Amino acid sequence: MREINVQSIIETVAKLCTEANYFLGSDVLDAIKEAKEKEASTLGKDILEQLVTNAAIAREESVPMCQDTGYAVIFVELGQDVHIVGGALNDAINEGVRKGYTEGYLRKSIVGHPLERKNTGDNTPAVIHVKVVPGDKLKITIAPKGGGSENMSAIKMLKPSEGVEGVKKFVVESVKAAGSNPCPPIVVGVGIGGTFEKCAYLAKEALLRPVGEQNPLPDIAKLEQDLLQAINKLGIGPQGLGGRTTALAVHIEIYPAHIASLPVAVNINCHAARHKEAIL
Amino acid sequence: MAQVRITTPLTDEVVEKLTIGQQVLISGKIYTARDAAHKKLVDLLKEGKPLPIDIEGQIVYYVGPSPAKPGQVIGSAGPTTSGRMDAYAPTLMGEGLKGMIGKGSRTKEVIEAMQKYKAVYFAAVGGAAALIAKKITSSKVIAYPELGPEAIHELIVEDLPVIVVNDIYGRDLYQEGIKNYAIND
Ligand code: SF4
Repeated sequence: MREINVQSIIETVAKLCTEANYFLGSDVLDAIKEAKEKEASTLGKDILEQLVTNAAIAREESVPMCQDTGYAVIFVELGQDVHIVGGALNDAINEGVRKGYTEGYLRKSIVGHPLERKNTGDNTPAVIHVKVVPGDKLKITIAPKGGGSENMSAIKMLKPSEGVEGVKKFVVESVKAAGSNPCPPIVVGVGIGGTFEKCAYLAKEALLRPVGEQNPLPDIAKLEQDLLQAINKLGIGPQGLGGRTTALAVHIEIYPAHIASLPVAVNINCHAARHKEAIL
Repeated sequence: MAQVRITTPLTDEVVEKLTIGQQVLISGKIYTARDAAHKKLVDLLKEGKPLPIDIEGQIVYYVGPSPAKPGQVIGSAGPTTSGRMDAYAPTLMGEGLKGMIGKGSRTKEVIEAMQKYKAVYFAAVGGAAALIAKKITSSKVIAYPELGPEAIHELIVEDLPVIVVNDIYGRDLYQEGIKNYAIND
């Protein structure tokens, strides 16, 4: 058993919260730059240029790239040979979020009761997903998620007979309905298969992949490409003001399905496609 | 792309020259307000009471910044979704408001009110919040301090970059832009 003290978890989570919000990953940045070269709309090009400049300012000055510093969504891969000491894992993660969002001047965007809607004041609690894996390491990934893009998510239980065409139709329609709201250019996470909740989880997990990295399955990689093309034909463009760069990438994750089901979920990320990880 | 510079307060002549797709740099005084502040303003008008700010010729920016770091004028300050202000916007335009800055499309009622009262809607680039903050040279609470970050702030901006999305001629860049670039096959 390898021991990990909660103190190091708190520190790591706090650091990840600020870094994810200040420093846009080079995967996203490169994708925006590449899109800018190809963008047909002059206005669209200028908007993409603004996003590149914005990311540079955020990095240089260590300030959030977007004022909506998001819901702290945290993915944990807990090695089964790890023994956490000094406190509870979830408490440590929330303490890290509290510290990161307060000391890092990030916006507090969480209301404690969804109907009473009173701000918790420190951006807790986090949404925490824990997976137990072999080994003695602890991997923590944070993906702060803005409200504007999260609100455009969609899930549908298709009939298996609707097949791949049904999947394509639903994904493209969801992106079309989202329009300018998720601050395009977007990254589209898609889950196919599993149960209702597994499918939604897959769509979110798909957004953790570095932008543009394909699914290892050739047929799914092709579906990602086909969907990306179809989405960029919609004309929504940067900020929804018209153009060919609506999405930077489509990432799909799949899972076995029930004989009677074909669930599809779409989770949209804005250009502030933030994700940072650390291994303890 | 050609950029137009404007300074607040806006007159009818300035607003008449703005058309969709134009990139505009705004300088001068603007106000911030989100849903809660809008509701308070409109409630005052309903009771026949005066507003705490003079909105004649002014621009309202829909924004909820992140906290300012020590030494910063304001935290990151990108636009928030304008749709939440749709119910209140026509009333404020009736009081002389000439411009709104936000992100996302507006309802038919708001677009019609823009034609009627000669006002424009600008989009700021959603998520370009660190860049926008650099264009804000001063920020102070001017009404409703009890709303915290949602209080009405008076900002002084210098060359704040925005795009005309709805002009006084009833046009809508969200609709036209997509049509221009959609590929139907
Ligand atoms: S959708 Fe993303 S970029 Fe747009 S305001 Fe929300 S967090 Fe920021």
